[in-house]
Amino acid sequence: MKIAVAIKQVPDRDAPVRIAASSKWIDESEMQWAMNEPDAYALEEALLLKEQAGGEVIVVSAGPERVGSTIREALAKGADRAIHIVCDDLSGRDALGVARLLAAAIKPENPDLVLTGLQSEDLGLGQTGVIIAELLELPHATMILHVEKTDAGLKVKRELEEGWFQSIEMSLPAVLTMQSGGNKLRYATLMGIKRAKTKQLRTVNAAELGVDGAAVVALDQIAAPKKQKITQILQGSAKEAAAALVEKLKTEARVL
Amino acid sequence: MNSILVVQEARKDGRARLFQETLVAGRKLAGLTGLPLEAAGAGDPNKNIFLEISGPPPVAGHAVQHPLLETYTADGYVLAFEQLIRKLEPAYVVFPHTYQVRDFVPRLAARFGQVLIGDVTAIEAGPLFVRQLFQGKMSATYRHTGNGPCFVSIQSGAFRDDSASGGAMNIYHFTPDIPAEAIRTRPGEPFRGSEQTVDLGSAQRIVSVGRGIKEAENLPLVEELATALGAELAASRPICDNGWLPMERQVGSSGQTVAPKLYLAVGISGAIQHLVGMKGSQCIVAINKDPDAPIFEVADYGIVGDLFELVPALTEAVRTAKQ
Repeated sequence: MKIAVAIKQVPDRDAPVRIAASSKWIDESEMQWAMNEPDAYALEEALLLKEQAGGEVIVVSAGPERVGSTIREALAKGADRAIHIVCDDLSGRDALGVARLLAAAIKPENPDLVLTGLQSEDLGLGQTGVIIAELLELPHATMILHVEKTDAGLKVKRELEEGWFQSIEMSLPAVLTMQSGGNKLRYATLMGIKRAKTKQLRTVNAAELGVDGAAVVALDQIAAPKKQKITQILQGSAKEAAAALVEKLKTEARVL
Repeated sequence: MNSILVVQEARKDGRARLFQETLVAGRKLAGLTGLPLEAAGAGDPNKNIFLEISGPPPVAGHAVQHPLLETYTADGYVLAFEQLIRKLEPAYVVFPHTYQVRDFVPRLAARFGQVLIGDVTAIEAGPLFVRQLFQGKMSATYRHTGNGPCFVSIQSGAFRDDSASGGAMNIYHFTPDIPAEAIRTRPGEPFRGSEQTVDLGSAQRIVSVGRGIKEAENLPLVEELATALGAELAASRPICDNGWLPMERQVGSSGQTVAPKLYLAVGISGAIQHLVGMKGSQCIVAINKDPDAPIFEVADYGIVGDLFELVPALTEAVRTAKQ
């Protein structure tokens, strides 16, 4: 099976996020970056499917030069080759604009399966995979935890709300967005990191893909979120703060 | 471009509140734009489509009915709503932000060359749509600039419904053209993941643990606190993903929704998916090393610091207080 995996580089979860002077985006200088975690699960599923049934795993990612480090991480984990869509204005494109880039790079590969994470940890839109399916005119399923190859195509386990699940059968080619937690993520081995250097990493400029980049949804401004409650922060040493909290819970909130 | 179309998710128990909240968001948008409100729902031709409506009813209810819509499929719903929207030409289409909506509406919007503005928590003059970014660390306002219907989905709990029960709508039937071969997926019946042995929903006190705990080996620390408080132990998704606690102890959009008297969040940053599952709690306490963690936006009490020092101190303080 030939599998394309769309991955995104996002700010590291623990990195502080600061608003840029323009209020239009975050300050990206000194930011630490990481692979979007749901995309890491999509990559893991692709690698497992390849190990079971053979084939090829191609990683596709859009973004500026720094994205190369996340792509190399995917190659080190076992992807066979990669396409880097070099694009310096990713945050100015909306979900449709980004999906158009990814779909244009994926289409000539004619993959049997396209996988991506169900959402990104930065924008949290959860739309890119679904829109790629629409652009490639393929069936899709979202929030998938397990993928099983069958004679007719795929049988997937989809997560529903509040602890419910559902199986869905579909033919190939198809697009799936992967939920996190379905598998255990692998680490890149030293050998993998070494091998990654010899693997093909093709770069293509976003402009060469000839897709419409005009946004239909525009980010007006970003700000620190409004507080929904006034939080009493309890100060002091661990012991003092703990004692103060217990006192508050007993006499003020009356929940102990 | 003449109305605001509010879409109800399939008629199902427990979905009434979501529909009401979506209507509240629709009314807000109607107030800002002066456009009339319409409603739509999809389903089997032999069944009632609409849930009860509270507050002033929309001017029309469009019952989108076809045998192939009885069971949800993305292909069926995209096709049905594409046809309804082409007919009605609404300026705005408003959905509840559910898993089902996340599954098909991005595709529906793309068919119109548009992008869903998803998980909206507030609507302001403009109209500007407020949604969260960076796992709740930032809030952003978006505006629709495209030529075509504006697709919006509303976060659960963000638009409170406090209107009295309202009147009935005029119902209009709409039968979309859905060829059987257009549906390319075969969904099975929903099933529960595992036997539920813990009912977090009825717990009076919950101690919930997140990524901040770092290792499974550190869990006894919070277990002791839960025992001291007489609380159930719960977790955010990553803890259950790692298999450190069973899935049935997960709180959030993909786990359980809880509203105990006391919810004590330890090392949980407070991503939206977690907050929707617990923000209705009576008293929320957060312990986190990051003073900017979004969990503090909903917390009544907070301690900023190292949970490995704070949790044992708190366990001790609770034990002392009980003596």
